[in-house]
Amino acid sequence: MDILSQPMPWYIAGPIIGLTVPILLILGGRMFGVSANLRHACAACNFGNVEFFNYDWKEAGWWNITFLVGSILGGFLGGYVFANPEPIALAQSTITDLQALGIQDFDGLVPADLISWEALGTPTGLIVLVLGGFLVGFGARYAGGCTSGHAISGLSDLQLASLMAVVGFFIGGLLMTYLIYPIIL
Amino acid sequence: MKFLEYLKYLVIGTAFGFILVKSEVVSWFRIQEMFRFDSFHMYGIIGLAIVVGIISIQIIKRNNIKDSKGNPITIPPKDASQWKRYIIGGSMFGLGWALLGACPGPMFALLGSGLTVMIIPILSAIAGTYVYGMLRDTLPH
Repeated sequence: MDILSQPMPWYIAGPIIGLTVPILLILGGRMFGVSANLRHACAACNFGNVEFFNYDWKEAGWWNITFLVGSILGGFLGGYVFANPEPIALAQSTITDLQALGIQDFDGLVPADLISWEALGTPTGLIVLVLGGFLVGFGARYAGGCTSGHAISGLSDLQLASLMAVVGFFIGGLLMTYLIYPIIL
Repeated sequence: MKFLEYLKYLVIGTAFGFILVKSEVVSWFRIQEMFRFDSFHMYGIIGLAIVVGIISIQIIKRNNIKDSKGNPITIPPKDASQWKRYIIGGSMFGLGWALLGACPGPMFALLGSGLTVMIIPILSAIAGTYVYGMLRDTLPH
């Protein structure tokens, strides 16, 4: 059981995550992509009768929603039952940069300075949690997919559109990291 | 039978969430490290996942492998002429990914790990999706 409580190296995690693509294709002809579930959630409570959400979400999404429930369960097993015992072995340069920005807590998977119920009461925490989530949801649907749908599934199928989306992911990510985060932190 | 179908996707999803947490892909710190180009960790994971994905899909296509129900496996192509949606929408997603330090899969895996505050960005992401749906016809695609 010890091995379950250790961090998983990138060269093991990467191939297994990649195998999700053929496993879902072969088991059910399904294309791997998590953010479609956010659309299913909108379709399930489409009070404004928005046309984009007028479809049979149970029929289209039952398998993906079940997959997502599994992901929550897997998070419980991996992050609670068999949680990694040590703080993340981050690059020293990242730690130095983040400390300079005022991040103090490096113990868990996320900094409590920004991502916690206490932080939700601070302007920065509110921006991170509310605006961050909003942009992820809006941007994923606008781009037609998220990290799983474009970076993993789309690039695996050599789709040019997905390459453009991943370029977009990095434009946004670098802007946030180098220009915006230094302002809001 | 229907129960087994659900169980199948539940098990795959559980493995996925487990690996996301164990490999620290769900970590805000790892995403910062990635966008600062300070470590190979995230690039190794995403890169190897894509390599395995490419090889698998090529094997499936070249051998016309059918799915478990005997249906041909077809992957709908994405329309690359809609470059505006991929660049603009992708950039908005990237802003959110770096800000929150989590994309959709990790948001839910983190919730499962006991980080209950993740329900806030999850609800915000659903709201963001809904607003996109309302504005869709007015946005460049």
